[in-house]
Amino acid sequence: MSIATSIQTSGMPLGRHELAELVARDIAPGSFVNLGIGQPTLVSNYLKPEQNITLHTENGMLGMGPAAEGDDIDGDLINAGKIPVTELPGASYFHHADSFAIMRGGHLDICVLGAFQVSATGDLANWHTGAPDAIPAVGGAMDLATGAKDVFVMMTLLTREGASKIVDACTYPLTGVGCVTRVYTDKAVFLTGPDGVQVRETFGCTLEELQELVPVPLKAAPAVAG
Amino acid sequence: MLTFVDSVSEAVSGIKDGSTVMIGGFGNAGQPFELIDALMDCGAKDLTVVNNNAGQGDQGLALLIKEGRVKKMICSFPRQSDSWHFDAKFHAREIELELVPQGNLAERIRAAGAGIGGFFTPTGYGTMLAEGKETRIIDGRGQVFETPIHADVALIKALKADGVGNLVYRKTARNFGPIMAAAAKHTVVQVSEIVPTGGLDPENVVTPGIYVNSIVKVA
Repeated sequence: MSIATSIQTSGMPLGRHELAELVARDIAPGSFVNLGIGQPTLVSNYLKPEQNITLHTENGMLGMGPAAEGDDIDGDLINAGKIPVTELPGASYFHHADSFAIMRGGHLDICVLGAFQVSATGDLANWHTGAPDAIPAVGGAMDLATGAKDVFVMMTLLTREGASKIVDACTYPLTGVGCVTRVYTDKAVFLTGPDGVQVRETFGCTLEELQELVPVPLKAAPAVAG
Repeated sequence: MLTFVDSVSEAVSGIKDGSTVMIGGFGNAGQPFELIDALMDCGAKDLTVVNNNAGQGDQGLALLIKEGRVKKMICSFPRQSDSWHFDAKFHAREIELELVPQGNLAERIRAAGAGIGGFFTPTGYGTMLAEGKETRIIDGRGQVFETPIHADVALIKALKADGVGNLVYRKTARNFGPIMAAAAKHTVVQVSEIVPTGGLDPENVVTPGIYVNSIVKVA
């Protein structure tokens, strides 16, 4: 059996909503999860009630509900992206030091973040382009990258110029070292770690075609039983 | 000592040129807008301001920065779509920026209030924000030494105070309030409501009154 046939391959690259749906499906029931600002927020649209997922927002809340609309909008109840949200039964509020202790202390199961680049060993660059005139702004990115048990990245595999965002070593300033465990892209799901990059599944390409795009050695992830 | 004052201008009268001022709030939630306006009016300059952000739009902290009253910002997320006043000062090199990861910012503030001389944290290890800082490998993880952030004055917003200065907050407006209240030498709180002593359930008090110096009710 060739390597290429040992992983799942589906017909088309995934759109951002399909990708969010896939990430949501992969979150284990009962998990405590932080969804980063931007594309990762879409994941919440696909979480099912029976998954019993508790969402954390780093500005000081567990049990965050969907975005608030109409009369439910309350200026004192916002998420990390400063969007008005709602509270679910069982929600709790806490101050910033406690909120980041939840993160740094390893109590969150998963955080989902966007990225500029991820290295073969799971280094993450997602906060700063390093351009000389850019105003740096880090927010909670480094805390999230360091604290959660699993760090999932959601991004397109390629930049607009066609360069792979999975790289041998990040050229953008790092957010965290060796912290990313999975990378969900439009073309494939990658598992990253000290042993290099494994491919769990591909979308609209074979592993060989994917390897043409990505400048680090790829291997098929061992098949998951069941 | 705790005092209840009648006006926001009286509440901020202790802020001098060169003071370090912590300002609560994350986005607009928990921002003590009335106290910041009073700080604007009092004329104090060369301020070091500690806040999560560096002002938004044309109000509050953004105006203090625009008027050149802030010498240095200590924050985690200065750049936003509407942070134009900070952006202009930064590009003109007229303001100093100490950029701190948000959790390190919170913990450094907490450490100051708790009398901790510093701590090692994995956050930021191996990044440019750890450059020049002491590092150690602890429990197999690289960690960075971070020091406390003290302040002369904290300006925060709470929902209610009782007669001895105990505070409760509202939802995510709590954010930096409790830790800033403990970290500053003088803590000024604007509240929506003052209730009699005994009017807050002791089990639900979030900030004990020992941390609070000045309370002003804002309509």
